[in-house]
Amino acid sequence: MVMSNSPMRLFGALGFAAAIALTGCGQKDDAPVTKGGPVSLRRLTEPEYRQVIADVFGTTIKVPGRFEPDIRDNGLIAVGTSRESVAGTGLEQYDLTARGIAAQVVDEVHRTTLVPCTPAKATDRDDACAAKFIERTGRLLFRRPLSQGEMATQVKGAGESAAKLGNFYSGLELSVSAMLVSPQFLFRQEAAQPDPDNAGQRRLDGYSKASRLSFFLWDTTPDSELLDAAAKGDLDTDSGIAKQVDRMTHSPRLAAGVRAFFSDMLGFDGFTALAKDPQIYPKYSSQVAADAQEQTLRTLTDLLVTNNGDYRDAFTTRKTYLTRLLGSVYGVPVMTSTGWEPHEYAVDDPRAGILMQVSFLSLHSHPGRSSPTIRGKALREVFLCQKVPDPPGNVNFALVQDTKNPAFHTARARLGAHINQPTCAGCHKIMDPVGLAMENFDSAGGFRSTENDSLIVTAGEIDGMKFDDASGFTKVIHDHPQAPVCLVNRIYSFGTGRAASKDEAEWLNYQVKQFVASGYKVPELMRRIASSKAFYRISTPGTDANNATLSMAGTNTQTEALK
Amino acid sequence: MSGTMNSSRRNVLRGMMGGAAVSVGLPFLDCFLNTNGTALANGTALPVAFGTFFWGCGLNPGRWEPKTIGTNYDMNIETAALQPFKNRMNVISGMKVFLDGKGARPHFTGEMAILTGDVPREQPNYASLDSIVADTIGTRTRFRSLEVTGTGKPTDSLSRRSASVSNPAEISPAALYTRVFGADFRDPNAADFKPDPRVMVRRSVLSGVTDQREALLKQVGANDRQRLDEYFTAVRQLEQQLDIQLQKPAPLEACSPSAQPTDAELGTEIENVVANHKLFAQILAHAVACDQTHVTNVVFGEATSPLRKAGTAMTHHILTHEEPMDAKLGYQPQATYFMGRIVETLAFYLQTLDSIKEGDGTLLDRSLILAHSETGFAKIHALENIPMFLAGGAGGRIKTGMHVKMDGEPVTRVGLTVQQSLGIPVDSWGTMSLATSKPITELMV
Repeated sequence: MVMSNSPMRLFGALGFAAAIALTGCGQKDDAPVTKGGPVSLRRLTEPEYRQVIADVFGTTIKVPGRFEPDIRDNGLIAVGTSRESVAGTGLEQYDLTARGIAAQVVDEVHRTTLVPCTPAKATDRDDACAAKFIERTGRLLFRRPLSQGEMATQVKGAGESAAKLGNFYSGLELSVSAMLVSPQFLFRQEAAQPDPDNAGQRRLDGYSKASRLSFFLWDTTPDSELLDAAAKGDLDTDSGIAKQVDRMTHSPRLAAGVRAFFSDMLGFDGFTALAKDPQIYPKYSSQVAADAQEQTLRTLTDLLVTNNGDYRDAFTTRKTYLTRLLGSVYGVPVMTSTGWEPHEYAVDDPRAGILMQVSFLSLHSHPGRSSPTIRGKALREVFLCQKVPDPPGNVNFALVQDTKNPAFHTARARLGAHINQPTCAGCHKIMDPVGLAMENFDSAGGFRSTENDSLIVTAGEIDGMKFDDASGFTKVIHDHPQAPVCLVNRIYSFGTGRAASKDEAEWLNYQVKQFVASGYKVPELMRRIASSKAFYRISTPGTDANNATLSMAGTNTQTEALK
Repeated sequence: MSGTMNSSRRNVLRGMMGGAAVSVGLPFLDCFLNTNGTALANGTALPVAFGTFFWGCGLNPGRWEPKTIGTNYDMNIETAALQPFKNRMNVISGMKVFLDGKGARPHFTGEMAILTGDVPREQPNYASLDSIVADTIGTRTRFRSLEVTGTGKPTDSLSRRSASVSNPAEISPAALYTRVFGADFRDPNAADFKPDPRVMVRRSVLSGVTDQREALLKQVGANDRQRLDEYFTAVRQLEQQLDIQLQKPAPLEACSPSAQPTDAELGTEIENVVANHKLFAQILAHAVACDQTHVTNVVFGEATSPLRKAGTAMTHHILTHEEPMDAKLGYQPQATYFMGRIVETLAFYLQTLDSIKEGDGTLLDRSLILAHSETGFAKIHALENIPMFLAGGAGGRIKTGMHVKMDGEPVTRVGLTVQQSLGIPVDSWGTMSLATSKPITELMV
């Protein structure tokens, strides 16, 4: 995507929101027709990998080792996965992890439950028993039944290894680790087939649809029932899909899908390398960071799934969950000594909504101080899908004064010096006022009312909407017309693994209208997307289907001048 | 300190292989080498090794470049730590990145231009220099290349095999040590060698994966075919690692890794970063000495340098932009402190390579280390006069001991010089205005 240095570009997408109108909500798919997207090949993300292993082999299996880092593209790792491959170093890591898992799967504790038969002799090959195990396990790992050739390869591999090492289970172990490093497992490889209803066009096959559905709604590999539905051809019909979507959206596991989406959208992978200076922020620790993420995800799932609430309330809700450790950061007494308890902030408390939680505040700050610029950029890119342009080259940053300068006690004063420079002002006017609204919270998320003994002022304006303080700011974001537009776009991209195309703008507008009409209900939005034709539609090769990405999406920018 | 590499061979062998079947290592005899120690006795020259050493936020113009040009030079104030190596390395000043109207992305454009010969608009488009080199000199070792970074993010690796595949970096010296010298390491100097049946079995099972390549490639479109092909390239590398573990390695005098190191705390605090880099330096040097790899990539830290002193709010990168120039000194003293620590660590790395004796020479003599930043003057993201150094003699394939001033010349001339001196058959490198067919002839042998 070509970048423009004009900050005006940010607002191009608002035209979208202008199209929102509160029309009636027809339940049937009278949505605009799209051209669809490519058949995708997506590498499993680390959380997906971990979840699949837990679902296939049980939660007592540890997943050792570390993973090749994921790429973020158009605001989401889910989109980056459609670009990723595996390097030699990465495969080496996958291999180590696979061997670690495989050894546990066949160990004496787990074999009794995970291996469905007992070999004739534990010291030799038993191809019939191995085949039983491989057929069952392979189907869940490959998200479809193994082909005859794949079965033959695996059974032969397990048998020969067992014979050579004199141990049936060692043979199975080798087979499991081979499946776990194979491309059929590491990549969600979709397959298309001729569409009997539309001559000359293709459609996703049932197993590919099952995977899209399952990873979208449940963040894991398809379960046996979904695979059975695919096998029977149920997923080739709208009613068959509707039945599965109904089952899956009514399952408690929907929360896992919602969590996975928000962890991705909120960039929680960034916590892996996040550090705070322990001398400046002694309360901050990796456990605080872990709890902070969990707090935000609990707040969201409680609001959106459990209470089927309004997405916009995520920015203003006073309800949350705390651990005792988080309580110490927030200055709130927490009775429960281990685990979580619900908490509701007082009406005059400056904390409200997920933007004022430690996760957002600490993730978008420097190690030793807050950064209104980084927070402003993050809010624009993460929640409003607006792209903030990169800073220009050869700029003299001496304009931004040091913190010791007596004339500039607060970040607002320092950035003010910045904003008066025309080269910087264009973009900083977009980012800074937003971030300055959150200046009552330091880099670790702690509250403060002054900086260098000067009172922090949090009043400001965003996109023409004025606010007096942090609480007013959260209300402005709550009412920002771009927020629901952005969410719909992101959820769709999360499910399809690609940025929406220009061709899909009308369809997305339609979905936004439905979302608004539904009262901003996220599970309903996910249900609509998962039941829609657009979600599964495959573009015909050679047509103009792979057209330009819709320009609203924020891409993975270099956040240089902000650091 | 437990992390210190001790080159005593007994000490070495004790820590290795989890106490398994390693008998007392025979002392490596010089008869394995030819008379001047530059080659194995059978006439095979010790292989050339290539390395990169990258740091973010440059050095101060006027304070790092030698005052004189040519062979008779001295290091400047900020590079004084490199003075002991001045005859065994080259300083290249004045080089520049051309943007061709593409717009600079601070701290990203420079590193891409130097290592891929290209200024990408968004994502990188090409393989990096070290991967190109590794495809020629690194195909017979266990590891095609090894990557490390000092500030905690595995994504801070500049080594990439293609537009879509990068080689993530190790962030922990202890983990790197385990990877290289852990259970899968075969000591070249061990008296006995028995192929591990489990490795044999793994090798054969892995070929089951490879066998599916054609069938899988047929099912996907061109872009995805390339991605799957990259995956299968990785599988071949893994197979090769196993093959290497199944062969008795040739003895190597200088191969003597020490015991498992203990990491300094991971993160961005400068003392810890330097301490971990010192551990990395020793592991990487020994990995090359033990012929586990021929290509190494060191990223001192993220390009937007997050280095900081404990208890301070300002990072190296923020300082380069926001610290006022000291009117008397003419530079930013706090930012410059970090530059000093970086150069000192580079000197330690070269010293470590030089401490490994191989016949008459040292590991540094058969290495070529490209050390560079991504900007000249970080304060303004200058894309000119980027500090670049070529250290080591590359086994006699490159001249050393020179300061070459290349004002306004494209940075890609360094990459081309590296490739040609390492025997890669390429006559030009780089895209658009960065395309060059001129190596730095002063350095060519």
